[in-house]
Amino acid sequence: MAQFNLPANSIVKKGKDFPAPAGATNVKRFKVYRYDPDSGSNPRVDTYDVDLDTCGPMVLDALIKIKSEIDPTLTFRRSCREGICGSCSMNIDGGNTLACIKAISDVKGDVKVYPLPHMEVVKDLVPDLTNFYAQYASVKPWMQSDTPPPPDRERLQSKEDREQLEGLEECILCACCSTSCPSYWWNSDRYLGPAALLSAYRWIADSRDEATGERLDELEDPFKLYRCHTIMNCTNSCPKGLNPAKAITEIKKLIVKRKN
Amino acid sequence: MANSYEITDHTYDVLVVGAGGAGLRATLGMAASGLSTACITKVFPTRSHTVAAQGGMSASLGNMGDDDWRWHMYDTVKGSDWLGDQDAIEYMCREAVPAIVELEHYGVPFSRTDDGKIYQRPFGGMTTHYGEGIAQRTCAAADRTGHAILHTLYQQSLKHNAEFFIEYFALDLLMAEDGTCCGVMAIDLATGKLHRFRGHEVLLATGGYGRTYFSCTSAHTCTGDGNAMALRAGLPLQDMEFVQFHPTGIYGSGCLITEGSRGEGGYLTNANGERFMERYAPNAKDLASRDVVSRSMTMEINEGRGVGAEGDHIHLHLEHLGADVIAERLPGIAESARIFADIDVNKDPIPVLPTVHYNMGGVPTNYHGEVVNLVDGNPDHVVPGLMAIGEAACVSVHGANRLGSNSLLDLIVFGRAAAKRAAEIVKADTPHRALPDHVTDKVLDRFDGIRFANGDTSTAEIRLDLQKTMQSHAAVFRTGESLTKGMEKVNGLNANFSNVSVADKSMIWNTDLIETLELSNLLPQAVATVASALNREESRGAHARDDFKDRDDEKWMKHSLANVSATGEVKMEYRPVHMTTMSDEVEVFPPKARVY
Repeated sequence: MAQFNLPANSIVKKGKDFPAPAGATNVKRFKVYRYDPDSGSNPRVDTYDVDLDTCGPMVLDALIKIKSEIDPTLTFRRSCREGICGSCSMNIDGGNTLACIKAISDVKGDVKVYPLPHMEVVKDLVPDLTNFYAQYASVKPWMQSDTPPPPDRERLQSKEDREQLEGLEECILCACCSTSCPSYWWNSDRYLGPAALLSAYRWIADSRDEATGERLDELEDPFKLYRCHTIMNCTNSCPKGLNPAKAITEIKKLIVKRKN
Repeated sequence: MANSYEITDHTYDVLVVGAGGAGLRATLGMAASGLSTACITKVFPTRSHTVAAQGGMSASLGNMGDDDWRWHMYDTVKGSDWLGDQDAIEYMCREAVPAIVELEHYGVPFSRTDDGKIYQRPFGGMTTHYGEGIAQRTCAAADRTGHAILHTLYQQSLKHNAEFFIEYFALDLLMAEDGTCCGVMAIDLATGKLHRFRGHEVLLATGGYGRTYFSCTSAHTCTGDGNAMALRAGLPLQDMEFVQFHPTGIYGSGCLITEGSRGEGGYLTNANGERFMERYAPNAKDLASRDVVSRSMTMEINEGRGVGAEGDHIHLHLEHLGADVIAERLPGIAESARIFADIDVNKDPIPVLPTVHYNMGGVPTNYHGEVVNLVDGNPDHVVPGLMAIGEAACVSVHGANRLGSNSLLDLIVFGRAAAKRAAEIVKADTPHRALPDHVTDKVLDRFDGIRFANGDTSTAEIRLDLQKTMQSHAAVFRTGESLTKGMEKVNGLNANFSNVSVADKSMIWNTDLIETLELSNLLPQAVATVASALNREESRGAHARDDFKDRDDEKWMKHSLANVSATGEVKMEYRPVHMTTMSDEVEVFPPKARVY
């Protein structure tokens, strides 16, 4: 039987412990993945005991408190803190989500915080999203239309046609879906993943766009599209409540339909 | 010094710093015009704070009733409390219509009317017939208009193959001795390496500095880096005393609840259940402009009629709108209220509080986006090589108070204008002049000092002190006394920055260093804000002085210019308000009392 060994530097070690300040009575333990590429050391999990009486309600509040008051080297992306910019996507309590809208009180026991799974880690909770963004760009996620729009007015679109974009155009490119998908873990070099496919379908579904044929041609590929095996992790993990799995199914249906 | 850092050089025709709505609109316009264009941004473009804009973008399309750009212009002048430059306001309101049509053509998923046109909702201060009726002028994509626009602009940038330097933090402008801006220095977060960008025009699209305050709707990244770079380049910031408090930030978290919620029929009540806005603004009521509503709410709270256990906030009611309206037009608000206030908006009111939201002040520009300065008595002297747009700029179209939905408009109209201007004044592939080493060295000296800062105070400590000071000393209502104290404290914190420490010494993704650089940007802007507020002895728009309750046009109908030295000394100067129009299709609106 073949034997596989993890590369030596990929084994996660136990890290430092940061106890709660004396007198804290409402303490929650945060176990946070740390990786410092400058040091050459293995990744580790640091333990921070946080006094929730002096902390905001969300996991991001705790991470900011840790960075501000305990350990300024803790590294993560964050910006809007209200679930719309998609910066602070990470794996919390075993699921991908946005730290800014994940309530600490929703986590039973210790709060385990890891970077998005199966991505190259740049540092701590910061994954390398280069390939994710390139895949998004590869579906040409912009309006394509040969019919010129009216020169000085908007195109018309019925309310019903506009409704087709609901659940699609709200994507914030946080990558929670794609990085929760086992198919994507295995084939992210060639499988586009749920986020990029949802974006592709967003334009297919737009009554103003006239490139559906070309878009389907591009997607009809054993890897780009058909590595989706309807596992549904994408839909379960989307912090905005979108349904990428359904969008992918719609693409597959359209391809079948045009063959008949 | 220069020898100790390895620097990568880049040359472009034009550089854009920032990839929010303004930066992206400019970037794609410049790239489309054939100029080699680099956009440098500290966050991935769709993470910029434009993404959080909710209610919409104003334009007198007239899709839902009569409208006219002149009415929009009048509303904006009145909203600005006559501090806005009327030529720039005319330009913005006229260009609003083609600018929004262009956005629709780009593919922005606007909500629609029954006949398929762009849906428009009422917003504060937006009227018809010069104040007579309520206008439906604010073009909306549900309550996620900023998200819809920002993502579409990024998609268009991809289409035009614009070149991005993503997660690069701009450090300083490269200023030649003759005052020409020749480029910008930036650090690449991924490697910690320095990059020197040369461009014939540098366009600052770096947004506002809401994070000088403790409670703001602004993102963590809203630190006004471009404003601070301008100050360090020896340029002044204009009208910094005018900080907009949005009436409806969620109590506690400060997350934004769009004014569109009141546009769709929501209203505010006090502890007695009274719709108090009827007393303060008998005509516009809950849709008076933001400064008026925020002051009214603050007065209700100060007079003991706030809601909640502490009596320190106000209720916003949407329960009567019906689940269908909420689901179609305010779905994001329902989500935010559920997550951050644990409220079902169909059943209960949202607890809200006036929250710092927008900076009317910034880098002074003309309506082409070119940075201007007062030089030898000329208040409109163009600073060669430097432009600014969006919240970073002070054109000034918002004057002393911005109207809701005029911000997305400002981004798009002046992003477009700056791209057009750059195409006129920059010839593609023009060689760059040599830049003496000391220009770079000056930037590196400062960077190096912060990178190895080894004091005894953490970045977070100074930042928190600053935010709390601004929150209590430069609030909705100000007095000379509290501003004087605020000035002392802010000056002290500015001086204390020399004791800051950067604990993270690593090269790769050093956010401790970035946050310290951001703090070094916040501090001088706070100094400029408090100094300008202390200096302006009148009440106008968002600047409400308890000790000078009235607007004083004779003395104060002028823009403040605050120059802040490296050590924090402030010199105040002034520029006149432009009381001229661009065309003869509209006449100047002379100042009058501002009643809603």
